[in-house]
Amino acid sequence: MTDTPRTGTPIGRRVVLGIVGLGVAGVAAGRWLSEGVSDVVSAAAPGLAGVIPAAGGFRIYTVTGGYPEFNPATYRLSVSGLVDQPLSLSLTDLDDLPQTQMTKDFQCVTGWRVDDVPWSGVLLRDVIDAAGVEAGATALKFTSFDGVYTESLTLEQAQRDDVLVATSMYGKPIELKHGAPVRLIAAPMYAYKFIKWMDGIELTRTVEPGYWEVRGYDIDAWVGESNGRSDDPVV
Amino acid sequence: MTVLPAPAESTDIVLPRFSRAERWVHRTLGILMAALMLTGAVMFFPELSGLVGNRGIVRTVHEIAGWLIPIPLVLALFSRAFRSDASRLNRFTPADWQWLRSRDRRSGRIRVGKFNAGQKLNASWTLGTLIVLFGTGMVMFWSSLFPDAIRTGATFVHDWLSVAVVIIALGHIWMAYNDATARAGMRTGSVPLTWAEREHADWAAEITKDEITKDEVSPR
Repeated sequence: MTDTPRTGTPIGRRVVLGIVGLGVAGVAAGRWLSEGVSDVVSAAAPGLAGVIPAAGGFRIYTVTGGYPEFNPATYRLSVSGLVDQPLSLSLTDLDDLPQTQMTKDFQCVTGWRVDDVPWSGVLLRDVIDAAGVEAGATALKFTSFDGVYTESLTLEQAQRDDVLVATSMYGKPIELKHGAPVRLIAAPMYAYKFIKWMDGIELTRTVEPGYWEVRGYDIDAWVGESNGRSDDPVV
Repeated sequence: MTVLPAPAESTDIVLPRFSRAERWVHRTLGILMAALMLTGAVMFFPELSGLVGNRGIVRTVHEIAGWLIPIPLVLALFSRAFRSDASRLNRFTPADWQWLRSRDRRSGRIRVGKFNAGQKLNASWTLGTLIVLFGTGMVMFWSSLFPDAIRTGATFVHDWLSVAVVIIALGHIWMAYNDATARAGMRTGSVPLTWAEREHADWAAEITKDEITKDEVSPR
């Protein structure tokens, strides 16, 4: 009963082929399976998705050396460029503007989606109206105090009633990892448009492609109608 | 889990267990897998992502290590010792089944060959999962070439399978941590006869019979 080669059953080969077969089946059924897994996990262990994003939670893409710091007392959101009256809004100023709530699915261009995320804050339309749009402005450029992230929208997109300057998520101030204290929410678009740690809105003559757009993603990022994807619309 | 005594084995007869090529393959694969697991964990766990940041760099390291993974495995096929051991790892003998089912598998009562059934399953698991992770990784790398459902499916498989791979790899490291002689075997290439007789009795018998006739095993 020695263990010399070529005696015994080739279990190793069967295990390898079995794993590869299961892997292929998993890829084929993955979309359906991953929805099932996130449903089961959110029912059984609601906190787990926060630890393991594959269980249906948010994935965090941080391209700089960590999360940027800010001081809530000195934080200002500047509204500048082609406006009648440049603004420098504190968090209190934002709270004093008319508040809007919306609950929307959050769809990432890499495929994951988090259902029914409640946001609240000020409609972007109300912010730019407070500054007054000058003739010639057709687009907006957004900047982040992480120093790297930028985004853009057309003026028409910015005036939709589902585009929000959000200060709250799930009924609480936005967490640092999700872009505290202020994050843009362009609900019907892929979430790479939702600039985190926003500290600047500039009205411009033309659209300036943002951080992800210069890296190959579409400028007009409608969910299901851009980036070669066919995701269901967010609701 | 007993910590095995290392003494007295310095004067023991030693048996050649792993060739230079095999040790090189093991080391290279270990380094690449460690790099993949660390960078993967940073991209996967939100708390780590925030701590480390620099997603661009982390992602590039992960991609490079992923592309390099097949190289040591393909080069290994040029080694006769590796091919022979791969063949041993592939085959389950009746003793392996018995070993898997027994409760006293660590006692040495069941005389297994060069590899026990656990090592054989670990080898097959590692190869199978590396193939799947490499394939799904390529789908994620060239994501624009694939329909959404395949992209989502590949991400799903890659994510969950890597959690399982990390758990099994930690088990592999834990077993090695608890057996200094086995570890030295992978580091130096040879193991004491007494260890081999306890852990791999049939292999010890096979190799001493072969080698003594060739007069190659000598006391150190």
